[in-house]
Amino acid sequence: MNPDLVRFSPGAYLAPVVDWLNTNFHPFFDAVTKLIEAVLSAIEATLLYPPPYATIVVAVLLAAFFVGVRVSVVTAIALTFCLLAGFWTASMQTLALVTVAVIISVSIAFPLGILASRYKKFEAGIRPVLDIMQTVPPWVYLIPAVMIFSLGRVPAIIATIVYGIPPMLRLTTLAFNQVPKDLMELGHATGTSPRSILFKIEIPSATPTLLVGLNQCILLSLAMVVLAGLVGAGGLGAEVTRGLTRMEMGLGLRAGLSIVALAIFLDRLSRGALERGRSPVR
Amino acid sequence: MNTAMNDSSEVLVDCQSVWKIFGGRAPAAVKAITERGLSKTQVLQDFDCVVGVSDASLQVRRGEIFCIMGLSGSGKSTLIRLLNRLIEPSLGKITVKGKEIAKLNASELRDMRARNIGMVFQSVALLPHRTVLENAAFGLEAQGVAKEERHRIARAALEKVGLADWTSRYPRELSGGMQQRVGLARAIAADPEIILMDEPFSALDPLIRRQLQDEFRQLTKSLGKSAVFITHDLEEAIRIGDRIAIMKDGVIVQVGTAEEIVTKPADDYVSEFVAGISRIHLVKAHTVMRPVAEFKNSQPNCDVNELLRTSPEADIGELIDLTMQSDRDAVAVVENGTVVGVVTIRGLLRGVAGKPAG
Repeated sequence: MNPDLVRFSPGAYLAPVVDWLNTNFHPFFDAVTKLIEAVLSAIEATLLYPPPYATIVVAVLLAAFFVGVRVSVVTAIALTFCLLAGFWTASMQTLALVTVAVIISVSIAFPLGILASRYKKFEAGIRPVLDIMQTVPPWVYLIPAVMIFSLGRVPAIIATIVYGIPPMLRLTTLAFNQVPKDLMELGHATGTSPRSILFKIEIPSATPTLLVGLNQCILLSLAMVVLAGLVGAGGLGAEVTRGLTRMEMGLGLRAGLSIVALAIFLDRLSRGALERGRSPVR
Repeated sequence: MNTAMNDSSEVLVDCQSVWKIFGGRAPAAVKAITERGLSKTQVLQDFDCVVGVSDASLQVRRGEIFCIMGLSGSGKSTLIRLLNRLIEPSLGKITVKGKEIAKLNASELRDMRARNIGMVFQSVALLPHRTVLENAAFGLEAQGVAKEERHRIARAALEKVGLADWTSRYPRELSGGMQQRVGLARAIAADPEIILMDEPFSALDPLIRRQLQDEFRQLTKSLGKSAVFITHDLEEAIRIGDRIAIMKDGVIVQVGTAEEIVTKPADDYVSEFVAGISRIHLVKAHTVMRPVAEFKNSQPNCDVNELLRTSPEADIGELIDLTMQSDRDAVAVVENGTVVGVVTIRGLLRGVAGKPAG
């Protein structure tokens, strides 16, 4: 038997789908592109309009006021490093990309994660999809994303969102499954409405695990945004790509360390901001 | 413990032949039970379904503390959850305050739970991210009571359980006994007529447990609440309950006052349980006394009217005290001015040994 007859090529089916989407939904994708571009540009402009040191001072003060002294010190060190490494503009571009990608990822993953914890069949259905999203090498998402949205920041964001959803979704489901049974029983026994049970019992009990999810989402998004430098997303990813293609160790390392600084900054900031307002219970 | 229950007082919770069957083929099992009257073991054999509660009937009256006593796996926790429909009954009718709870829709059921039925859990179930005061006010929050008002009521409830100074602490800063007081305060604050207590004191050490038992009984009686109290400890049931139901394998084996259960156990299972229970405060004079004529026959030279007197409700402890004070070996039991019987030392010993009928 000729093995060529049974060879499986999903691309043969997917490529026409992408083409079809492109021809028939072009106005929709165009609108999405414009919206994301507009939000990104606004964030970037805000971050880059004042001189860098002014932005750093404002960020440190905000962190000190809203989060805590330790986080403000981390903020100062991380942002100053990015400035001194010579990548201020690139860092702010990356920051804008990650912020937008994470906000969109979380707003998709959080409700779906809750649904998955409520309905076991739904969870069973999306689990393989999540597996695919997490294990397919991230470059592969970039191909259809570029085909639909063309080169630039938008396909980068889309690919980042696809990559950022699974950890947040899985940990949201886990967090909600882990809400103690007795607390749920308390909610029902006191005649609390489902909405109040969600906001007053489930979300507070799930917060520690949700924070881990958010943290993973941010860090994976950051990693993906850097990869997206390949499709012209700009930012630190572009610098790393340049360092790689020119074999310039110094450039690559500086850009790489700036990414680490950004990662630490985002991690501590998100953690601190979300843990504030909670009781001292850990 | 005053066991005389007025039969005419209002029935708040009424369970009639309630079944709860767990398992995939529960509906078929229910059908078989109604049509063919299958027993529990047959249901397990034929349908692979576990019977949690089997044909349970009970009434809880206003102002009464009703204890359900059973070992783990006896279905007592399932039964108490059927009373506020945290678990749906498979068969049978449960009426709370005259309303059949199986027929309530979601919002009516929430309303009933919020206003009429409080619940206290073995695990306490305090929200760790809330202060003691906010925890105690949780039930009121569910009813939509404004913040200031609910905090005022919750503070009063915490005062009743002796935690007035702990309102701004977090649950983890409290000992197990104090946490359970918060759970009780939370149930009381919502001012329900019925409080369901699901083994609330089981996890506490014996000294604290006794203290909370007494406090709970006093508080419930002074507030005029009814309670259904689940326990695996017969002594606890006797200390707290006006009436006690003994459960075994999902079946209510016997319902009665503590004295009825101790003196007239329904079967071997119950008598095994009551064997170790002290009769001193349970068995009453009317159970151990002998008829006056019989006493006169055996001791003709003893004048009944010269004996010390007591009421039929005096327990063995009091009878022993009286006998010690007297120079005679017997005490006369007087009801409405006439001597209705005589308690001799033999009678007392029989009562203590648990053979009052003999």
